[in-house]
Amino acid sequence: MKRYLVQRIGFMLVTLFVIVTITFFLMQLLPGTPFTNPEKLTNQQLLVLNAKYGLDQPLGIQYIRYLGNLVQGDLGYSFQNVGRSVSSIIGERIGPSAFLGLQALIFGSIIGLILGIVSALKHNTLFDYGSVTLAVLGMSIPSFVFAALLQYYVGVKLEWLPVALWEGYSSTILPSFALSVIVIATVARFIRSEMLEVIGQDYVITARAKGITEQQVIVKHVIRNALIPVVTMLGPLAVAIMTGTLVIEKIFAVPGLGEQFTLSIIVLDYSVIMGIAIFYSALFIIVIFLVDILYGFLDPRISYKGEAG
Amino acid sequence: MKSNILSVDNLHVSFKTQAGRVTAVRGVTFGLKKGETLAIVGESGSGKSVTARSIMRLLPKNNTEVTKGDIVYEDRSLLNVSIKDMQEIRGAEISMVFQDPMTSLNPTMKVGKQIMEGLQKHQKLSKAQARERALEMLQLVGIPSAEARLEDYPHNFSGGMRQRVVIAMALVCNPKVLIADEPTTALDVTIQAQILDLMKDLQKKMDTAIILITHDLGVVANMADRVAVMYAGKIVEQGTLDEIFYNPQHPYTLGLLKSMPKLNDDRTVPLLPIPGSPPDLATIGEGCAFAARCPHTMKVCHSFTPEDTVVDGEHTVACWLQDTRTPKEYLPKELETSQSR
Amino acid sequence: MKNSVEETSKSNEVTEDLFVKAPLDIGKSEEIGTPAVSFWREAFQRLAKNKGSMISLVLLLLLIATAIIGPSLNEYTYRSQNLAHSNLPPKVQGLEWLGLNGTDSNGVDQYTERDVQVNYWFGTDEFGRDLWTRVWKGTQISLFIALVAAALDLIIGVIYGGISSFYGGRVDNIMQRIIEVLIGIPNLIIIILFILILEPGVRSIILAMIITGWVGMARVVRGQVLQLKGQEFVLASRTLGASNPRLIWKHILPNVMGPVIVTVMFTIPTAIFFEAFLSFIGLGLQAPLASLGVLIEDGYKSMRFFSYKLIYPAIIISSIMICFNLLGDGLRDALDPKMRK
Repeated sequence: MKRYLVQRIGFMLVTLFVIVTITFFLMQLLPGTPFTNPEKLTNQQLLVLNAKYGLDQPLGIQYIRYLGNLVQGDLGYSFQNVGRSVSSIIGERIGPSAFLGLQALIFGSIIGLILGIVSALKHNTLFDYGSVTLAVLGMSIPSFVFAALLQYYVGVKLEWLPVALWEGYSSTILPSFALSVIVIATVARFIRSEMLEVIGQDYVITARAKGITEQQVIVKHVIRNALIPVVTMLGPLAVAIMTGTLVIEKIFAVPGLGEQFTLSIIVLDYSVIMGIAIFYSALFIIVIFLVDILYGFLDPRISYKGEAG
Repeated sequence: MKSNILSVDNLHVSFKTQAGRVTAVRGVTFGLKKGETLAIVGESGSGKSVTARSIMRLLPKNNTEVTKGDIVYEDRSLLNVSIKDMQEIRGAEISMVFQDPMTSLNPTMKVGKQIMEGLQKHQKLSKAQARERALEMLQLVGIPSAEARLEDYPHNFSGGMRQRVVIAMALVCNPKVLIADEPTTALDVTIQAQILDLMKDLQKKMDTAIILITHDLGVVANMADRVAVMYAGKIVEQGTLDEIFYNPQHPYTLGLLKSMPKLNDDRTVPLLPIPGSPPDLATIGEGCAFAARCPHTMKVCHSFTPEDTVVDGEHTVACWLQDTRTPKEYLPKELETSQSR
Repeated sequence: MKNSVEETSKSNEVTEDLFVKAPLDIGKSEEIGTPAVSFWREAFQRLAKNKGSMISLVLLLLLIATAIIGPSLNEYTYRSQNLAHSNLPPKVQGLEWLGLNGTDSNGVDQYTERDVQVNYWFGTDEFGRDLWTRVWKGTQISLFIALVAAALDLIIGVIYGGISSFYGGRVDNIMQRIIEVLIGIPNLIIIILFILILEPGVRSIILAMIITGWVGMARVVRGQVLQLKGQEFVLASRTLGASNPRLIWKHILPNVMGPVIVTVMFTIPTAIFFEAFLSFIGLGLQAPLASLGVLIEDGYKSMRFFSYKLIYPAIIISSIMICFNLLGDGLRDALDPKMRK
């Protein structure tokens, strides 16, 4: 177990290092300069600014310095919001995004699990067809299209919920719902096919042959075994939610990390783009890692002792 | 003569498939006496397992149907009892061991718990009592350091050990009937013998009747009191072990026996395989199902299904060769000699 | 045999004359049984039975056809502006009852109000450009981007996965490590970073998408080839002296094709989504070029007063995504050899 953990963490760090390196050098290739309206600045002022942010140094030095700062959790300073550090921007913006993301994940998983499980138990009935159709729609309709339509019909036309405002709980409902659609669809499809596979397994027949009630067979043997692999969906779901926040926060004017990212892309705030990109990547890698560990705990067949399973 | 504890009467089971309706079991009749072992022998696809599963009512509901016949256990028709009553019978009165011990245990549940499940349901035991009983049972089936192994998961056991666990699970509530569906097919030969010995041993201790489903005549010779030979969804011949092995009357039974190697055989005598392959049950019509592969086929075999004929006592066979109208010279030598013996 | 059946089926009684030898020759009995159907044919038959997939296929072909001919069905081009005709709601002769009557959100008929003689089927944008033409032109571009990206993913993925699995050993090891690092990077982040440094346009979007997109395909191909390499039929064919090209062509390729086709079918909607996504966050095509994503972004901005600008591209992109997903699902089920009976 220990050896496996060390190996995994080592691999995580390598991946993260590759991401940081790619991000850093890609940013250097960007056209234009980091400062807005540079023509307003005199050459003198530009030199001062460049010196202040270390941009007058050779690229190699800048890279090593960036890595050094990164290890200490310092992602540099925003070029647009003078004086703001990237870490403080992320810290300030992460709250709403995390809230929306978690709310969507929890709500979506619950609904998705219910839909998928009932669907599998009522295989080939009207309910099954209905939820499969819903799941295909949820997977297919792009989140921002759905969010825009939701905003138009529920917010603008019906005026049931705030359109684009970040005040109070009611303003989190529409964006969370828009985010959760992909979660519902993914989870429902996944658990449904897992359930159908488990129902056909020999050990379910063995369980029935013991004479325990059908309800016990379903709960203890079928659902339990079908639920375990759902954990592996957390990685793809984290990506889907991250992708979703980029556009949905823009649509609903949520002051979150996604909105900051799209904003920074438009104004070419290099250090913020880099910081958020690295932050997202690290988050993703950590989620994948945690999922693997969690899966090992849930499925007794997997053990991390040594090389062989 | 003891009376039957379980009897199957003219059972017909059909499946809905993409190709249409397929009748996999086409009129199976047999009885099982208390404490005896009845072996059902046949090639794969002959309907052995379907018969077994219909006794337990474990066939998938959505595409299978018992279209005719009855299954009677201790004067109760199993086809008519409620699902709740059936659940009381399963595991407590009749239980089942499946072919592949690798897939027949729940991979994410400790084996102790899997054994205890049935006890808690049928004997209303407390957790501690059920655990005590499960431990006894594991020791009984010969699992070393059973106490610790209660807490293990199936993947910690070898194939043979798993099958012991499955047997422990099936016998833990002292059922009167055990249906063993190819219990040793998936195991190594040396382990096979151990498992068979274990089953015989437990049968003696618990006085359980066993329906042993297999395609291995060696296993049959080792275990069975009586034998039923199945072909294409029907029992073509049944009788005691000696009757079937030393006085086979159906050409199919004869073929099976001739295709089995024997240790003391002269090695220059080749094994005789049965030519051809079993018929497609979707397209089968009237007539003897074995006619196409039978070396003694007559015109009548192609269009009329033979009835069961009593050879001697409980030894029955369904074959036109038994008919008095069959010319004497058609009777194959093997049958004649064995009959005259 | 046929003759004898016909003859005897006339009478329903077992008569003496039927007891004559009538063996069926082995060749014939072997012939009986359903003919083998080729894998592709059977897969196609299964796909044809899947209603959702067939409807999706038809709808997709219709959408593609309209995307190709749609822009030339009227005299406007995707870039021709007419400021006098700006922001006109959709109006279609004969479909007024569907709401396509040229009235804006306040119920005013803009066509009579502004004395416009021609009809715009999907309305116009703020520059007076015909949205029918722009939407179908946009569909064309979106589909083009997705198809090219999927095709390039396919080529790179097959080459990379093929080399990695076919050579194995050290080569495979190194190539796999590279993939493992790449798979750990969220591809959206990389796509965004690449788009930022490339000049915006169709080519950059395709390039950015394939930089990470091929990894999935490479893994599918490698997994399939490795699995097949170890299988007995490949080994058998090797033992029989099949050459490498023959082995690849006859055995590996047909078996890899299934999963590859399915992967492509799911790559296309993903690419369409990414393109629209990038356009929506402002990293898409530059005006006056339009893709579905650009049109949705434009429509979203003026959705409050001119909802028609959002609705048409939204419906089309959603339909395309649904159809590709359903078709992909159907193909996966149809090509899954596990489903074969």
